[in-house]
Amino acid sequence: MSDADSRLVSMLESIPYARFLGVRAELAGDEMTAILPFAQHIVGNPMLPAIHGGVLGAFMEMTALAQLSVAAPMTRQPRTIDVSIEYLRSGRPLTTYARASIKKLGRRIANVHVEAWQETRSAPIATLRGLFLVAPSEEGA
Amino acid sequence: MSDNEQSRLIATAMNEGSPQARALGFSTLEIGDATALLKVPYRPEIVGDPETGVIAGGVVTTLLDHASGQAVHAALEAWTSIATLDLRIDYMRPAEPGLDILARAHCYKLTRSVAFVRAVAYDRDPEDPVATAQATFMLDASAGKKPGANLKPSRISRARTGGAEQ
Repeated sequence: MSDADSRLVSMLESIPYARFLGVRAELAGDEMTAILPFAQHIVGNPMLPAIHGGVLGAFMEMTALAQLSVAAPMTRQPRTIDVSIEYLRSGRPLTTYARASIKKLGRRIANVHVEAWQETRSAPIATLRGLFLVAPSEEGA
Repeated sequence: MSDNEQSRLIATAMNEGSPQARALGFSTLEIGDATALLKVPYRPEIVGDPETGVIAGGVVTTLLDHASGQAVHAALEAWTSIATLDLRIDYMRPAEPGLDILARAHCYKLTRSVAFVRAVAYDRDPEDPVATAQATFMLDASAGKKPGANLKPSRISRARTGGAEQ
């Protein structure tokens, strides 16, 4: 298991809320895909049914945090400064995937964009742009 | 704030009928006059940073989204389906570990298609917020969609935007 792999696994396992939602992640080289398996307790609108928008936001924020943990060792977990979430399609009762792209990882601030999709990658259901206060450790900066 | 009976019924349905709201233990403390005040109780299961015991930002996101939706319903004359179009959240400071988080949302503008909402999340004092949010909602979001619509297999042609058509 690579350093990035073990950082990712220990990060997701250590976060109670990630376990609460059932978030997992897979790493292929430096490319990470976060996975949110469908479960009844993540539904927001029971009529359609649709995944809660807040859960999708939380999942994408966690994807950004996980991608940052893969990118560099941190002395502590990054703190979210702000997120801007756009909802494009309703989250169907299916597995949701997300990938994050770090646009800039500075000494203090990271800018990360995330896209979440279900069946079709080219038809994302939601996107997130977030700013994070980071503390990369010396050797990782 | 005057509690409006219809808004109260919708709030109860949204807290008890939504599995995620129930899983997080959301309750509505006040609703009426285009405003809603919701609470999420502190629990170790919803912590985001195990080193500090602070509730995950994602829980605050869900609470702000849910409270904002209820504020929209409290602003509408009659029930209509709504969907979040976008949600911007600024995190001012970590919530205090062990404390419940409250969110007060106000729907300050309704148009024919869109509702505009501002919301604040706090633990002790609304003047010292944990997070603030700005959201827009589409009104009559499920126009033509029947209950169970998301259970049908999707066609690529159905992959049109839900949000951009208002």
